[in-house]
Amino acid sequence: MKRTFAELGFPGRLVAVEGLDGSGKSTQIYLLKRWLEMQGMKVFFSEWNSSALVKSATSKGKLNHLLTPTTFSLIHATDFADRYERQLVPLLKAGYLVLCDRYIFTAFARDVVRGCLPEWVRGLYSFAALPDMTFFFKANLEVSLARILDNRPELKYHEAGMDLNLSQDIYESFRIFQGRMFEQYLAMTTEFNLLVVDANQRIEEQQGLVRKLVAARIGLDRFRPE
Amino acid sequence: MPAKKSKKVATKDSLGVPAAVLVPKVTPKRFYGHGLPGIDVEKLNGKLIVVEGADGSGRSTQIARLVAWLEACGHHTVQVGLKRSTLVSEELEKAQQGNILSHTTLSLFYGTDFADQLENTIVPALRAGSMVLADRYIYTLMARDLVRGMDEKWLRNLYGMALVPDAVFYLEVCPEQLVQRVFAKNKALDYWESGMDLGLDRDMFDSFLSYQKRMREEFRKLQAVYGFRIIDGERSTNEISEELKKEIEGVLSGR
Repeated sequence: MKRTFAELGFPGRLVAVEGLDGSGKSTQIYLLKRWLEMQGMKVFFSEWNSSALVKSATSKGKLNHLLTPTTFSLIHATDFADRYERQLVPLLKAGYLVLCDRYIFTAFARDVVRGCLPEWVRGLYSFAALPDMTFFFKANLEVSLARILDNRPELKYHEAGMDLNLSQDIYESFRIFQGRMFEQYLAMTTEFNLLVVDANQRIEEQQGLVRKLVAARIGLDRFRPE
Repeated sequence: MPAKKSKKVATKDSLGVPAAVLVPKVTPKRFYGHGLPGIDVEKLNGKLIVVEGADGSGRSTQIARLVAWLEACGHHTVQVGLKRSTLVSEELEKAQQGNILSHTTLSLFYGTDFADQLENTIVPALRAGSMVLADRYIYTLMARDLVRGMDEKWLRNLYGMALVPDAVFYLEVCPEQLVQRVFAKNKALDYWESGMDLGLDRDMFDSFLSYQKRMREEFRKLQAVYGFRIIDGERSTNEISEELKKEIEGVLSGR
């Protein structure tokens, strides 16, 4: 069974947020970060900062549509490993409170929807410890879709799951793809003890709950300035 | 049955090429683990032949000879090897030169390179009935990582995507011989083939010997699990290729 950073004896802690595009999770983690920072805590917000080499291979694969479900999964796992080993582990060893916008669960949902076997994908990521807390922002699917699609944005090919041949229409493909991701997330809430936040509530209501839970579960005192 | 009849009358010329072209017998294929989504192993009619061994073990020489021989026998061949994928080969090359990726990352990068070739080259070639010759396969990748302390269970899951080859030959040459062969070919020892990243010894020559010794031990352990054939690589090129040809003839006739 996988263990959390706390269980593995790391001095730092990792809090992750997961959810569909448009669920408001990025807003929530940003507000959490601001709250912690204002208190002068040793907090680090981990952004997706791929190293040049992995990025080059990923964009080449995406641009030229060279990726199959398996190589799509592997190249993202490579990217994650790079970030994990280069950034997350050193920070957690140095005793930081690390905030992650998406963690391994995004990959689990996405790759399984693409047709990879759940056990295989979970095995790929088994080198990574579990977050000490993971929030899943569960918004009504139609609401999330509307937030993204109402502006008629330029959706990326893979982001919309176009490689799955769900629909010729990129917006329709995105809808179906997100719907399937949503099902995967729901199934994972029990498997990984995700803390479900009702993302249909007001921003402040959600943030209040997030702050309360973080304060209760993470011993924040150790991250305060001396 | 014309095939059977021609088999009886087939005589070999001096190069060991039979007079008649034999159609290889189709044997069932399978994956080591979960395999690849959407691939029907029933339709893979070709043969996958793997040659493993350290640099300087004679791999490329033997593969070149096998290709010539197989083609002379009327088989279409396709060659694959490590770091040859369209997707990540360039980046892998750079990563090796700079030694900038940490271990799991590099390992997954190699896994990506392998998967890309498996899906885009190996499987289509087997489907078309070709003889696929792999200049190293998952075993080298696994041995390298195991020597570096990676988790075996993790590696087995990762490479559960791989097809079980029809034959795997490991050309075994002792480290002392290898180092001589490398010098006969190149001016210097390779950083990775000497395992310099492991910090076994600051002296490159000594590091090469202890690293290659460890690799050989890992290969022997893997041999026990995956049951590939260990070929004594310290004999003459001719002797080795005769043995390989004989083995492959067996594979082609479905033995």
